[in-house]
Amino acid sequence: MTTWNVRVNGREVSVEAPPMARVLDVLRESLGLTGSKEGCGEGECGSCTVLLDGRPTCACLVPIFQVEGRELCTVEGVAGTELDPLQRVMIEAGGVQCGACTPGIVVSLRALLDRDPRPTRAAVRESIAGNLCRCTGYERILRAVEELVGSEEADA
Amino acid sequence: MRSFRILTPRDVATAVDQLPATRGPATREDARVLAGGQDILTELKHDLIAPEALVDLSSIAGLEGHERTPDGGLRIGAMTRLVDLERDASLAGAFAVLREAAASVASPQIRTQATVGGNLCQRPRCAYYRHSHAPCIKKGGSECFAATGHNKYNAIFGGGPSYIVHPSDLAPALVALNAEAVVVGPRGERRMPLENFFTLPSEGSILRENVLGKNEVLSELIVPKPADGTVSTYLKFRERESYDFALVAVACTLRIDGSKLASASLVLGGVAPIPWRATRAEVLLANAEVGVDLVRRAAQASIEGAAPLSENGYKLPLTRNLVWKALTALGAGGAR
Repeated sequence: MTTWNVRVNGREVSVEAPPMARVLDVLRESLGLTGSKEGCGEGECGSCTVLLDGRPTCACLVPIFQVEGRELCTVEGVAGTELDPLQRVMIEAGGVQCGACTPGIVVSLRALLDRDPRPTRAAVRESIAGNLCRCTGYERILRAVEELVGSEEADA
Repeated sequence: MRSFRILTPRDVATAVDQLPATRGPATREDARVLAGGQDILTELKHDLIAPEALVDLSSIAGLEGHERTPDGGLRIGAMTRLVDLERDASLAGAFAVLREAAASVASPQIRTQATVGGNLCQRPRCAYYRHSHAPCIKKGGSECFAATGHNKYNAIFGGGPSYIVHPSDLAPALVALNAEAVVVGPRGERRMPLENFFTLPSEGSILRENVLGKNEVLSELIVPKPADGTVSTYLKFRERESYDFALVAVACTLRIDGSKLASASLVLGGVAPIPWRATRAEVLLANAEVGVDLVRRAAQASIEGAAPLSENGYKLPLTRNLVWKALTALGAGGAR
């Protein structure tokens, strides 16, 4: 076991784990941040998506030793104490059904919107290309983003 | 998954020292290189490999990042993340092929971690290779099950005794750009055209896809300055619009001078165990008059010599049409 220092959702955290512990397990088991889900465990489904130094990353494919001194943001960090506007439109537009993929999708979309506040529909689609959703057919998720950023711009 | 140690060298020489001088069979190797981890971690999970240690390259300064060389070429560190090529809008013209190839890899999440070196050295996607219980020839077995079994995704060129296709998108792009690979080993550095880095199953070790020795590390790629006016593109056809490997891909660079094609480079992905240079098409294109007839003949030439298996004959028209599309998009068919 080694102690790792990581900034998680804006807070400095020290956590004990073996070097090859997956970031996903450290977040869920050691830090109690269960928003990030394990789906496939090999980078196919995106339900464990977190931001590593602001960039969407599969927490199941990154060992803890590689994030020493770096910054992680999970869906809990996107929400803060209140829902992010993106989460609100996701709920209103029916972009959430069973909810298993939702934390990953919210994190992926948040990363896109932080980088590009007025994304095209193609950019929105590409941003969640690594997030599998078996319920919504994605259409309502796309509509939620359009609602947030203004549909004309999003269709451009 | 067998347990293993993790080593975090601070320079390439130490990494080379930590790699074994000799290796046992594929499943009992001593140590393997860990770059972005997006492929090797799944290989470990599926027990395709069981090294005693992983030698992590992420703490080595100078391996991550890409920049223009003083003469107008490119230097790309092996640990450069694919997202950094994808987001570099200055990779246009002759270098567009590289940016488009990087953007086509896997998913946004994978591209933030996956590296250029890892993309070039990733292992095959053949379902028999990836199946823990299939003792295929790439894992030290005696048979390529794809030769007579399911082979929809396998090679139409260069196959035998293994029929894998090389999964990398960057490989065809970098070969089309005439990139050089820099490899560091115990006796220092050696350089070679990236094209010669990859090995056919019939030439090199059947257990790997390139010339890398057991204790060698791919450290960087050097792209020479392309001739002024060179244009390029990467077209990738896959079963779904995103997050998939290529059924067929075409990396193409060319330069038009007046009514003639001054030079053309055409390298195929998804069709062979290595990035496959469409030599006959290139010969036909060199110094030829641009025009639809030239494009048609070059596209046909790109599939000459193909040897499809029982389930992958569809790759012939697909390759021909993608080559046609790439050449046309770059103006080889004349003014549009």
